[in-house]
Amino acid sequence: MSAQTYYVPEQSRFPIFMALSLFLLVMGASSTINNLDNPDSNSAYILYAGFISLFTTLFFWFRQVIKEHLAGLDSNQLKTSYVYGMAWFIFSEVMFFAAFFGALFYVRSFAVPWLSGEGENGVGISAIGLWEGFESSWPVMTTPDKGAEYALAEKSMAWPGWGHALEWLPLWNTIVLLSSSVTVHFAHIGLKNGDRKKFNRFLGITVGLALIFVGLQAAEYYEAYAHYGLTLNSGIYGSTFFMLTGFHGFHVMMGGFMLAVMLARSVFAGHFEDHDHFGFEAASWYWHFVDVVWVMLFLFVYIL
Amino acid sequence: MSAVIENHHDDHHHGPAKGLTRWLYTTNHKDIGTLYLWFSFAMFLIGGAMALVIRAELFQPGMQIVEPEFYNQMITLHGLIMIFGGVMPAFVGLANWLVPMMIGAPDMALPRMNNLSFWILPFAFFILLSSLFMDGGAPNFGWTFYAPLSTTYAPPSVTFFIFSVHIMGASSIMGAINVVVTIMNMRAPGVTLMKMPLFVWSWLITAYLLIAVMPVLAGAVTMMLMDIHFGTSFFNAAGGGDPVLFQHIFWFFGHPEVYIMILPAFGIVSHIIETFSRKQLFGYSSMVWAMLSIAILSFVVWAHHMFTVGLPLAAELFFMWATMLIAVPTGVKVFNWVATMFKGSLTFETPMLFAIAFVVLFTIGGLSGLMLAIVPADFQYHDTYFVVAHFHYVLVPGAIFSIMAAVYYWIPKWSGNMYDERLGKLHFWLSFIGVNVTFFPQHFIGLAGMPRRYPDYALQFADWNMVSSVGAFLFGVSQILFLFIVVKTVMGGKKATDQVWEGARGLEWTVASPAPYHTFTTPPKVD
Repeated sequence: MSAQTYYVPEQSRFPIFMALSLFLLVMGASSTINNLDNPDSNSAYILYAGFISLFTTLFFWFRQVIKEHLAGLDSNQLKTSYVYGMAWFIFSEVMFFAAFFGALFYVRSFAVPWLSGEGENGVGISAIGLWEGFESSWPVMTTPDKGAEYALAEKSMAWPGWGHALEWLPLWNTIVLLSSSVTVHFAHIGLKNGDRKKFNRFLGITVGLALIFVGLQAAEYYEAYAHYGLTLNSGIYGSTFFMLTGFHGFHVMMGGFMLAVMLARSVFAGHFEDHDHFGFEAASWYWHFVDVVWVMLFLFVYIL
Repeated sequence: MSAVIENHHDDHHHGPAKGLTRWLYTTNHKDIGTLYLWFSFAMFLIGGAMALVIRAELFQPGMQIVEPEFYNQMITLHGLIMIFGGVMPAFVGLANWLVPMMIGAPDMALPRMNNLSFWILPFAFFILLSSLFMDGGAPNFGWTFYAPLSTTYAPPSVTFFIFSVHIMGASSIMGAINVVVTIMNMRAPGVTLMKMPLFVWSWLITAYLLIAVMPVLAGAVTMMLMDIHFGTSFFNAAGGGDPVLFQHIFWFFGHPEVYIMILPAFGIVSHIIETFSRKQLFGYSSMVWAMLSIAILSFVVWAHHMFTVGLPLAAELFFMWATMLIAVPTGVKVFNWVATMFKGSLTFETPMLFAIAFVVLFTIGGLSGLMLAIVPADFQYHDTYFVVAHFHYVLVPGAIFSIMAAVYYWIPKWSGNMYDERLGKLHFWLSFIGVNVTFFPQHFIGLAGMPRRYPDYALQFADWNMVSSVGAFLFGVSQILFLFIVVKTVMGGKKATDQVWEGARGLEWTVASPAPYHTFTTPPKVD
């Protein structure tokens, strides 16, 4: 490593375009959400413009980074910077999920029992006659207001017992996602051994498994909304269930998209060498991270 | 390929691009640092103007100038703008300018993302400020935006507030990742961890805190958004949630956040006191360990903001003791600063004046924090002006004085010119007097029972409120002088030497003044 090869990029238009895209995106999102009841509102177009310009900017920005890399402008030091940067980004994602898991643990251990009159705090709540008759359990199928403001669900997504295990989608989702972590690892081994065919094949399988996961998750949501009456509006169980699994599903889509881009780069452009493939490695780290989050979800949202 | 590489060699000798695009498209850490610093100064003036609206209203009891609804919007925006627009970007700007120079790196590790982190901010604050003109007015629930005030009872502009917080958070996370990666990966050979300047250490720890807690804030505002618009019940007991859950999540972010706003100040003050004492800093490694302990403890003290919400007794005790424990590493730092000055050959240039004021006044703010940490006492002090006095003591003569000290200390290196020492001292004394006249009386009215966040108050608080308002206007007006001094220095003045200060140590003083557009194209030699 010598500083002579250190590459400080030229001025770049991408950052300011990216900032502008984010501005359009959040302005559009806020106005659209505030006008959900207003059919005449056209603020959704700002949102679309934001999305389009965001994806366009990202596309050209990443294309530029890849070009610079292929032109040999990246020093080893810069490559290390990408590695550290990705690791810290994943740490920030961990903390994002931590907020939602924290909320789950808090309502399960404290808020719901207190609302039913348990513990010192609960005694206070029942002493003033609030939420009489509310019983603490998890998953909570009733709400403290007995569905006055919230719609009650008939059935939860929890473990149905061994008798129904095979019809239980989360189990299949777990199998699919855990296998995909293995296949992405096989792809990595293939790439390291210079076996591009193996790399492409296993990466393709991984992307396929990601699609299956998203499909199963969609089926599960459909079942929840159509047959169980379980919605975002079903009190705290529905809130935590859909926010945790929903954000996870969103991350699966992002991770799957990243892996699909890597696959396309390998198949159509012949990118990645056995010793030089951090783009793929970063995407696969992300994929393993998404997998670990699912294991936590499976334990704390579905099983326990 | 080699042609491209050679081209870039030439770039190092080029100066900045001409015109506006220099600032829009820049990837240079010094340009981006300058952008951050000017942005934060603009926000400081806007947030300061809001503070003056608040103090004008509180000049006398009774309603005089603004409607209570508008008053609420002012206290909310004042807090948000000063924290997310004033103090944090100022520290990021200083990190941009100084970290690469201090560790002998050519630039930040990820220069384009660096530019993105900055340019998100003007957009985010445009959204936040535009909410003033929306139906129902700007956010009016205080900077802590407790549910249900910020959910069930919030104005429609809360949606814009939520999304602007989202992109501010993205900016902070990217900025912090850049700082961590720069420090971990870009140090010149020989700059080992325990040889890093303390400002660099303080920013390494700060960046870690930022990456850990900004996503939690994003989670909190996302839950708000879902509760408001999509029927979830995270913060609504009727659905099985709990408004107190909001406070837990918010303060899990919020307490590390207050250390994010003070740790870089610790770094700055250590450098300045060392320089003007003409001695080596006392206890370097204990300074590092103290900052690390403060950062780690900051994750387990959040509920001391919530002693009166009805926590179980065990929780009250735990958070009380954990909070008091923070006084130990903080005490180590204050001791070390004083020990550095002990028997040094002190001179009192403007940066040193601000740094000494920092040590004294920050300690006052720290001690009032210790009073607030005592659970039974806090039952009395909670949400009174005593709390307002406490956190303004750590933020204004704490964080903001350290930023001003840093500007006076490094501006000769940035601009190549010395500032006007006479005006600098005048600015210091006006600020020092202004700050104390503003905030010291708030301890008294707080202990006497005046609640915070109300536009009106009982008659017995009238005298000290009047004094406080006079101080606030004095402090506010003196910042115009600061602007004048900075502009005057940038425009011209006595040329600074490379060393600038007789006792200054560190790599940034080995390069020319003003620092060349690209520093350290080859790694400097460090022993």
